[in-house]
Amino acid sequence: MRALAMTLTDLANPSRFLRLADVAIPWLAGATALAFAYAIERAIFAPDDYQQGATVKIMFLHVPSAWLGMLCWGLMTIAALGTLVWRHPLADVAAKAAAPIGAAFTLLCLITGSLWGRPEWGTYWVWDARLTSELILFLLYLGVIALWRTVEDPSRAARAVAILTLVGAIDLPIIKFSVDWWNTLHQGSSVFRLGGSTIDSTILIPLFAMTVAFTLLFVTLLLAAMRNEILRRRVRTLHLMKASAAS
Amino acid sequence: MQATAHIDFILAAYAAGIIVIGALIAWVTLDYRAQRLTIAELEMQGLSRRSATARAEPVKRAAKEGA
Repeated sequence: MRALAMTLTDLANPSRFLRLADVAIPWLAGATALAFAYAIERAIFAPDDYQQGATVKIMFLHVPSAWLGMLCWGLMTIAALGTLVWRHPLADVAAKAAAPIGAAFTLLCLITGSLWGRPEWGTYWVWDARLTSELILFLLYLGVIALWRTVEDPSRAARAVAILTLVGAIDLPIIKFSVDWWNTLHQGSSVFRLGGSTIDSTILIPLFAMTVAFTLLFVTLLLAAMRNEILRRRVRTLHLMKASAAS
Repeated sequence: MQATAHIDFILAAYAAGIIVIGALIAWVTLDYRAQRLTIAELEMQGLSRRSATARAEPVKRAAKEGA
């Protein structure tokens, strides 16, 4: 526990974080490429579902995207606490860097879900609880990105975004349990459920492989975006110095 | 049989995946280059952060004393 606290304290130094990111990002990118090579090979040779046929292959994109959209908001919620409670210097950097990535994966989840829904349900969209709560998550991401762009001072923007993020976290359990609480066209849980997964291992293994690959990609992108955000703040500081020197 | 019937939906989903992931990778890569370039340009103009200057100061002083 103390070691973890020490690590978090060490990472609070942006220069130290940059050095760590410079080393970690190429290794993570390599691991992501290998994971995708394996996962795509498994996905291509996965058998068709006995009911859905080949459209089940859309699940290999849809489920990891949905997972990352929610994971990202979960991380942003922890970062929001880091900003408001502990004032960790990297918390708002992480929150700002994560928002566009989370938005992109949530958008991919909505697109692939829609493209999967048309052949299976006969419609691209229906206002059921799961789809609507996922759309709300996407809109929340857009709201966070807009808020970051609206308030110029990063520390003031961070506090406003942190509050919006904490409020938006209410949507996460709604997304997860919407299929249990309401009668939805979207199917219920089939991977993580009491009594075990209902998916056959020939489809479940590629799904897990793709989820691992997507998660590695997410970690790589998040570290790279955090590095960019730290550099952007350095640019801002240098511009302010230049302006004050000129006046 | 069903694969041929719905192949367009599967291809569209994977195309969307490639576009979204490609856009994310391009965004972080190009943004990194842009920030690095801007910092280099500002440093060429003689600007540097106080913490960076403070770190460089003892080294400069030691070099001067050595000379």
